[in-house]
Amino acid sequence: MDITINGQLHQLDIEPDTPLLWVLRDELGMTGTKYGCGVAQCGACTVLVDGQATRSCVTPVEAVAGSQIMTIEAVTQDPVGQKVVEAWVSQQVAQCGYCQSGQVMAATALLKQTPKPSDEDIAAAMVNLCRCGTYNAIAAAVRHAAQA
Amino acid sequence: MNEMRPLLKAATRKSDALPLNLSRRSFLGASLGALALGVVLPAGGRAFAQEAAPAIVPGTRVNAYIQIQPDSTVLFRSAFIEGGQGIFTAMAQIVGEELDVDPTQFVVEGAPPGPDYTLIGGYRFTGGSMSVRKSYDAMRQLGAAARQMLLQAAATQLGVPMAELATQPGRVIYAASNRSIPYGDLATAAAALPVPTDVPLRAREDFRWIGKPVARIDIRDKSTGKATYAIDLKVDGMLYGAVQHGVRLGMEPGALANEDEVKAMPGVHSVHRLPGAVAVLANSWWRARRAVEALQITWAEAAPGSTVRVMPADYSSEKHLADLKARTGDGLAFETHGEVGPALAGAARIVEASFDAPHLAHAQLEPPSAIARFNADGTLEVWAPNQAPEMFQADAAKVAGIAPEKVIIHSPILGGFFGRHFLYQTANPYQQAIILAKATGRPVKLLWTREEEFLRDALRPMSVARFRAGLDASGMPVALSAVTVGEGATGRWFGRTADKVDSSAVEGIAGKVYAIGNRRVGQIHVDDPAIIGFWRSVGHSMNDFFYETFFDEMADAGKQDPYELRRRLLADSPRHRALIEAVAELSGGWKRGPFTAEDGTRRARGVAMASPFGSEVATIAEVSLKQGEVVVHNVWVAVDPGSIVNPAIIEAQVNSAVALGLSSALLEEVVYEGGVPRARNYDGYPILPPDRMPKVHVRIVESGAPMGGIGEPGLPGVPPAVVNAASVLTGQRIRSLPLSRSNLTDMAG
Repeated sequence: MDITINGQLHQLDIEPDTPLLWVLRDELGMTGTKYGCGVAQCGACTVLVDGQATRSCVTPVEAVAGSQIMTIEAVTQDPVGQKVVEAWVSQQVAQCGYCQSGQVMAATALLKQTPKPSDEDIAAAMVNLCRCGTYNAIAAAVRHAAQA
Repeated sequence: MNEMRPLLKAATRKSDALPLNLSRRSFLGASLGALALGVVLPAGGRAFAQEAAPAIVPGTRVNAYIQIQPDSTVLFRSAFIEGGQGIFTAMAQIVGEELDVDPTQFVVEGAPPGPDYTLIGGYRFTGGSMSVRKSYDAMRQLGAAARQMLLQAAATQLGVPMAELATQPGRVIYAASNRSIPYGDLATAAAALPVPTDVPLRAREDFRWIGKPVARIDIRDKSTGKATYAIDLKVDGMLYGAVQHGVRLGMEPGALANEDEVKAMPGVHSVHRLPGAVAVLANSWWRARRAVEALQITWAEAAPGSTVRVMPADYSSEKHLADLKARTGDGLAFETHGEVGPALAGAARIVEASFDAPHLAHAQLEPPSAIARFNADGTLEVWAPNQAPEMFQADAAKVAGIAPEKVIIHSPILGGFFGRHFLYQTANPYQQAIILAKATGRPVKLLWTREEEFLRDALRPMSVARFRAGLDASGMPVALSAVTVGEGATGRWFGRTADKVDSSAVEGIAGKVYAIGNRRVGQIHVDDPAIIGFWRSVGHSMNDFFYETFFDEMADAGKQDPYELRRRLLADSPRHRALIEAVAELSGGWKRGPFTAEDGTRRARGVAMASPFGSEVATIAEVSLKQGEVVVHNVWVAVDPGSIVNPAIIEAQVNSAVALGLSSALLEEVVYEGGVPRARNYDGYPILPPDRMPKVHVRIVESGAPMGGIGEPGLPGVPPAVVNAASVLTGQRIRSLPLSRSNLTDMAG
């Protein structure tokens, strides 16, 4: 099976129903994308599939063959992703940081589709869980990135 | 946790410095396959065994902490583990201030076990909001001593008196000849010098980093996926493991009906019976997980005389709560003041109420994992999320059957902890990883699924509290008797005696600051059948809710405004009175409501105070009701930790504590039925989502009192402030959490 991650083609010999998350983490060693719940509840595993925020823990790898997958490892190579990261740094968003890869990817997807989001747009898109409760800093960083 | 012994003062300082090892990029963990931990460290370091190494005074040996690289950056070993609270940044600020190195030039990592790091009264753990306050003086001294060693080395190299030298960040300056030597060029010579004692510290007014909102040193890595947690680690040749536990604690695996089929599944290496669980090892974790979940396991009751705690098959949360509520009496006294009996008898009016709070899960986002590897030299390496490396080392040694000094513990940063990663029987995966590594002769990385984590987490205890207060004819409280019913986490894991109350069961009801002349706080111990543990702010997480909401009941009964009554009872306590006035001012002036906000919602406010972990906190919450649920719009927090290191991190920690406290008040409860927890993932155990996060407003008050904690103190005031506000709108008191159990309607309008 061929999948394209961060612009690079990978040939995989793997059960086609393996979740994309575990292909990234264990097969390809890209551990920036996190496992949190495995049932699309928390969003720690969020990646971009053809620009859409996607929960990789419930996405069979066969479903994304032929798609463009972007992970946190390549986020700063994307101009929107780079803006988001700089906003995350300037707003000092992270605490434990474990959910933040998914948050950054969700914000990148939002700003690619809606460069000037309203507060309602932000609330609708930024639904990933954060047990440290960095939600206010996340919203501030998204607004900051949109103005950058 | 609130009552550990104070930091031992260094009576003497040893000068037998360890050799620096400049060839290492990192002390540990940077290159797992290459076994990076090569620095010679003192043996020992077992928990509670500081006497075993009397020569070492914790926090004094510079080379155990500080390694200056050729490029003048500083590798720093932290006695405390980073899990979001910002301790690595705080260490860089405190040490950097005295060492004269910009905090941005620090790389910080968790120190290995050892007597150099037992900074909390001879113990070591990351908890009780103790890290900064218990190490602040020692870490400043350490940085100052290291700077002096660099100056001494420069004086020798230049052949000039040390008094003619100065430092600028990262370098020694000799003004007379306009010379400057980077620290990196002096590190080797400096490390060979004896550690000086009693080096003068920088004056507070000259601080550049302490007390300033210095940026977190881990922020970019955590924003780009580069931060490495236990779950992300890998060692050469490792097998991946997944487990299935018996759903009821104490059950043991019996027959495996389809073991051969499972062994034939793709990538499967082997199937193992473990105490209370079955494991599958495979060449990827997903394959291991799929295989272990395919196993058809017959579970048997625990063997008679089993050492594992057995959860009764008829246990339910409802039944346990009924049991706690049925206990009568005043319990064992913990705190008494005046004569509560006669004062109650003579009171004009009696107010009584009973409260309860449920078991809670930590629900940190990183599921627990562990890597265990036996090395050819007879050592065992364990990489595991932990808040107490020496305790894990001692336990891992027991499991492996080797001496503690043969166990090397690596302590990665934590993907949230909130008390999750102490040593709790049956709640940590590393013992399973050790058994599996031993059985296979291969390194094993074991990861629990979220479902296994919800099954085996150590829970915040369930508790009931009963209050009885006497008011005089003017409505002022003259007597208060309280009793909590349940079990404290400290007693469970650090020993309890029948004649002494576990302070973690009463903290937040005991230790209150209001001038009520006659008081008694008692406790009735009832074993909690669940595995219980420390949950952010421990007993305070529920006891301040019990007390501070009962306080409003007293105020209402005496026809007093709850804010004004608090102020009156703090008349002789200027620190607390100033704090409650500060939070009122921060909120635009106290108003209880109900009132109509600009958006048309009917709102009310509640206030609460708490004295947790050496700090003082006053909290106001503003709420409305919508479709039977509480909406929290604003939370104002004034916190007085005495003195501070980083106001930006304090503000972030208060935000975080508000979120967790609110989550517990609104949504969270672990519910057992038939001895088994009902929820196994976030769908059944909801935690605060982004759309329920209020605006949080923080004021830091530096009263100059002894330094208190920060990680936990923001939490305890939140549930009572929210409930006090909600009760104004509902017109009836709410005495049980979480609020999601109740359908609340606005009766006040």
